[in-house]
Amino acid sequence: MTSQKIPPLQLQKITLTSRLVVGTGKYPEYETMQTALEESGCSAVTVAVRRERLVDDKGRSILDFIDCDKYTILPNTAGCFTAKDAVRVARLGRDILEQLTNPGSSWVKLEVLGDKTTLLPDPVGTLEACKELVADGFSVMCYSSDDPIMAARIRDAGATCVMPAGSPIGTGRGIANPCAIKLCIDVLKEPEHGGDPSYPVIVDAGVGTPSDVTIAMELGADGVLLNTGIAHAKDPIQMARAMRLACDAGYHGFRAGRIPRKLHASASSPWDGTIAGE
Amino acid sequence: MITINGKEHHFTKTTLQELLVERNLAIEICAVEVNTILIPHKDRDEYKLQDGDKVEIVSLVGGG
Repeated sequence: MTSQKIPPLQLQKITLTSRLVVGTGKYPEYETMQTALEESGCSAVTVAVRRERLVDDKGRSILDFIDCDKYTILPNTAGCFTAKDAVRVARLGRDILEQLTNPGSSWVKLEVLGDKTTLLPDPVGTLEACKELVADGFSVMCYSSDDPIMAARIRDAGATCVMPAGSPIGTGRGIANPCAIKLCIDVLKEPEHGGDPSYPVIVDAGVGTPSDVTIAMELGADGVLLNTGIAHAKDPIQMARAMRLACDAGYHGFRAGRIPRKLHASASSPWDGTIAGE
Repeated sequence: MITINGKEHHFTKTTLQELLVERNLAIEICAVEVNTILIPHKDRDEYKLQDGDKVEIVSLVGGG
């Protein structure tokens, strides 16, 4: 019988034991976030870098609720609209994680945004920041659109992982264009398209429900990154559990090899021996 | 005057580490920039602030 254990995902020096990467933003309170992360089974979490807000009104820090020995912390450059600012934030995040001695200090989730309404990535700024951060020794997990041409350019710029958006951040629209995501995965991973099967692709943004995660994994993604879909669910803890199961289902489903889609029906029961029509 | 996280403050001759102590941040996990340049945490004791400096003190918060 095929093993049910899903192998870890290697991202240069980082090993992800789960195919889900989960964000830490938007939860109603820290306790919910902590339990949701646990239920999701993730081994890496994203955080943002912001001006001095070290404790909340109860004197608590987010780091009081994230076990830095258990999770690899992935700082993002969310809120940056220029390559210069994204590089600044990435370096600040690295300095913080070095103090925490967390393995995430070598990497960054790069976001260079185009505008506040769509939060879609600025492709020019993204590429520019990616090149500079790679040259500075970062492992860059690069948030991108679902444009396969851009995906290839980001990979060629040295990104450790390309992360095409399923749909705009926080919209919950899931995989808006599965064909585009599939094209991104093909260009990055299929040898006939110049790809490398071992090159990591993680679908990021827009996840609203567990089936969105399954669809991403069934397209051949190596993992999914999500935040709002769990944090703003009516029951974030139950949703985190559902997302974990959905991710596993999609991983196995992709490798199990689905049946082709047909126009016409194909009976599941034999025609021989039927008494109908006698 | 120096600017700290967007707000102006009277300048006093001080190192970066002394500034963090003054703001009760000396033991907290944070990162600091001066004039958009990261000052590594190991260099804070040595780094002397100048009049007109723009300081950013940041920490980790929840994010996706």
